[in-house]
Amino acid sequence: MLECMPKQQVEHTVGKINPAKTCQPIGAMYASLGIHGCLPHSHGSQGCCAYHRMHLSRHFRDAVLATSSSFTEGASVFGGAANLKTSIKNVFEIYQPEVMAVHTTCLSETIGDDVPTMIRQSEVPEGKYVIHANTPSYKGSHVTGFSNMCKAMVTYLAQYDGGMRKERVNILPGFVNPGDMREMKRIAQEMGVDFIMYPDTTDVLDSPLTSKYEMYPKGGATVAQIKDSGNSKATLSLGAWSSDAAGVALQEKCGVACIPLHIPIGLKATDEYIMALRNTAGVKVPSTLTVERGQVIDTLIDTHFHYQGKKVAVFGDPDTVVPLTEFLITMGMKPVYVMTGTPGAAFEDQTCKMLDEANITERKIKAEGDLFDLQMWIKEAKVDLLVGTSYGKYIARAEDIPLVRVGFPILDRAVHPLMPIVGYRGCLRLIEQISNALLDRRDRDSLDEDYELVM
Amino acid sequence: MYTNYEPGDRTAPIEERQGSIVVKGKGRTKVSCGNDSLAGAVSQRACVYCGARVVLNPVTDAVHLVHGPIGCATYTWDIRGSLSSGSDMYRNSFSTDMREKDVIFGGETKLAECIDEVVTRHRPSAVFVYSTCVVGVIGDDIVAVCREASSRHGIDIIPVESTGFISGNKIVGYRAAAEALLRLIRPKEGEEVERTNKVNFLGEYNLGGEKWIVEKYLREIGVEINVAFTGDSSVEALKRAPGAKLNLVQCTGSMHWLAAQMEKEFGTPLLDVNFFGSENIADSLRRIAAFYGDPEIARKAEALIERETARLMPHIERYREKLQGKRAAIYVGGAFKAMAIVRQLKELGVEVVVAGTQTGRPEEYEALSGLLDEGTVIVDDTNPAEIERFLLEKKIDVMAGGVKERVLAYKLGIGFIDHNHDRKDALAGYEGALRFAREVYVTTCSPVWMYLREAKPSRELV
Repeated sequence: MLECMPKQQVEHTVGKINPAKTCQPIGAMYASLGIHGCLPHSHGSQGCCAYHRMHLSRHFRDAVLATSSSFTEGASVFGGAANLKTSIKNVFEIYQPEVMAVHTTCLSETIGDDVPTMIRQSEVPEGKYVIHANTPSYKGSHVTGFSNMCKAMVTYLAQYDGGMRKERVNILPGFVNPGDMREMKRIAQEMGVDFIMYPDTTDVLDSPLTSKYEMYPKGGATVAQIKDSGNSKATLSLGAWSSDAAGVALQEKCGVACIPLHIPIGLKATDEYIMALRNTAGVKVPSTLTVERGQVIDTLIDTHFHYQGKKVAVFGDPDTVVPLTEFLITMGMKPVYVMTGTPGAAFEDQTCKMLDEANITERKIKAEGDLFDLQMWIKEAKVDLLVGTSYGKYIARAEDIPLVRVGFPILDRAVHPLMPIVGYRGCLRLIEQISNALLDRRDRDSLDEDYELVM
Repeated sequence: MYTNYEPGDRTAPIEERQGSIVVKGKGRTKVSCGNDSLAGAVSQRACVYCGARVVLNPVTDAVHLVHGPIGCATYTWDIRGSLSSGSDMYRNSFSTDMREKDVIFGGETKLAECIDEVVTRHRPSAVFVYSTCVVGVIGDDIVAVCREASSRHGIDIIPVESTGFISGNKIVGYRAAAEALLRLIRPKEGEEVERTNKVNFLGEYNLGGEKWIVEKYLREIGVEINVAFTGDSSVEALKRAPGAKLNLVQCTGSMHWLAAQMEKEFGTPLLDVNFFGSENIADSLRRIAAFYGDPEIARKAEALIERETARLMPHIERYREKLQGKRAAIYVGGAFKAMAIVRQLKELGVEVVVAGTQTGRPEEYEALSGLLDEGTVIVDDTNPAEIERFLLEKKIDVMAGGVKERVLAYKLGIGFIDHNHDRKDALAGYEGALRFAREVYVTTCSPVWMYLREAKPSRELV
């Protein structure tokens, strides 16, 4: 497998081999699905739209609908205004969404389509909304696209009515699975916090099978909620790459205080999430959550000898990888290779700081890397475990290392979108997966005489 | 009772799409097809680049370098179920990862650098360079860059002109791929390709080892495969293609043009074959034997057909008992695949009541229609809203299609068979036919359906 890998160490300097990221529009499409009654629309040629729907369908194993401006040569030469106007008309006539969320592609960006003007010149039915985000594929990554669409929700919809601020917190959950969003909401509910979450893909991409197909499932943040988020007291923006832009925009537009946090993956980030909820909403942390936290500590002690001191390579989206790295350190593991495909110097700074504090000096950190880089590092000095998306499976096989699947996309396993990795329950799940991967490995490698019942 | 569409019925929720849906035996017979998809419609179609990529990707020892922003490469990274007996180079994903700077100042320099690095470090036997939407717009001359790089490195560096927006139809991409292949296999001046008695196998992608299955049959009857286009092929083997005696064409959508071109340039005759389902396999083997006009080949073919059919049929019979009277919908990429599935489902006692493709041509729809019963809905470039309507109104029990149809069918409580280009279980040959039958049974008769809140009458455990 992956036999193209050179035997000797080589650095490649141009282009990407085996990418660890993908393009903006798919992130925008995913974010759009977190608005209730929203139909994502891809302004460009239709292949992109098909790929994004396919990729999201494979990860979530649920239907993902989106329309396309279906550019052909004409639109690419003369601009896509006619296509977008026709699209807006057709979308509301045929599919009747509450909101149409338009994102651009590299094609419409390159020809310079002025989407906001086109939207203004289109006929949008009374009470319906068309929002848009610019998502050029040649800048940033899918995370950037997610962030841009979240920001568009604020700029198009959020409003401050000028009155008293409501005792309510906005939660911008970041690029995570519906299972994670559900867990973040559960924690806030346990604490009795009044909140609005958006985007919110629970009950959209994890909806039940009823033999009825709902084009617009019951989940998603409603337009009314997103509007009203401008009257909230504070916003917890989870994940610098995926949520901060929207949080800051809301602060600037409506004066809602933005509190940037990590996505609550791992003990420390979950503590911070809960403390931020407590402090902003002025509530107490219920004993149920204290018990959950205690269970995590208990489990860490029960299992620490399975993984302590093991070297691990972790890759994925920056907002996932940063708190995940922190948790791996908490577990006593050594994240020696930390990589993301998404650009951003802050990634290297933040992870570098954490690893310094943990005294892990022999390590490699890279933003905007690819899986070729990661495999080269692993060839140079092997690790015990790989944590990342499904694409890590090639390295896992070639280098004979167990892989724990975390992040987006996971295309070769099921159920994961419903199972949280955030909160204390998420900690338990990560510990379980990591411990078991290493124990399975030990079982597989052990000689008959060393094969143990109790481990 | 299920709904019978009458002539003039609004079968499509979108006016512009009425012509793309016909009901067999209800007056109108011609499906309107090959049109661009409607702006603002949900389409299941992909793009030109996608078409080119799926055809060329199985060339195992080539580097497939995508010139464009990262997405096009990521989404097509190892999405083919094509197996290799040699190199795994094709399963890596190479991209020039165009950035804003490249879009503004042009990406030719970066492409050239990327090719240089890839060629010197990975030593592929050839490089296919795919153009994407942005490249088409900014006008990078990939043909010139490839030509120069080719002479610099002394290997084939083949441009694939697959800019996405040229058409919303994958077929245009198939053509781009065919042109690239022709460029690769056409003997250079002074080169001589050895003439053989072997066959090329066009439109065979070795999904789950399907080429190997057919190769086994052909070898048994005394016919050798020269090279398949493009399943489990190498650049070196492809270059021997002009020396074949005959071109077998399986996936007509992707390969018919190339076969016709090869007939013109190299004088290689072509024969349509299909190795999906026992009827098609027998038919194909007999036609190949007839082409060779060798009684020994014919005798061996008959012996093989008899032996394998006798082995397969009891199983098919067993599944037919469970599946008799179930109703199916088909929506796949091309008409070739649709026809193969119709025949197999019929053999299993399953009634096909909806059939459609993303890229069918008029003559293909006519052939498809010939296999279908009166009242069957025939549809081109459909969308989820229509699929939902057909599935419910026609009381479908099982659907065959790709990943986007899968999730939709499941949500409606309907079984599903994956016949996508990324599957890794072979469906060709007699063993593939058995696997297909088993898959239809497993999904249609899953015990899970009984636990649906509103279980349908047909959902009984068998």
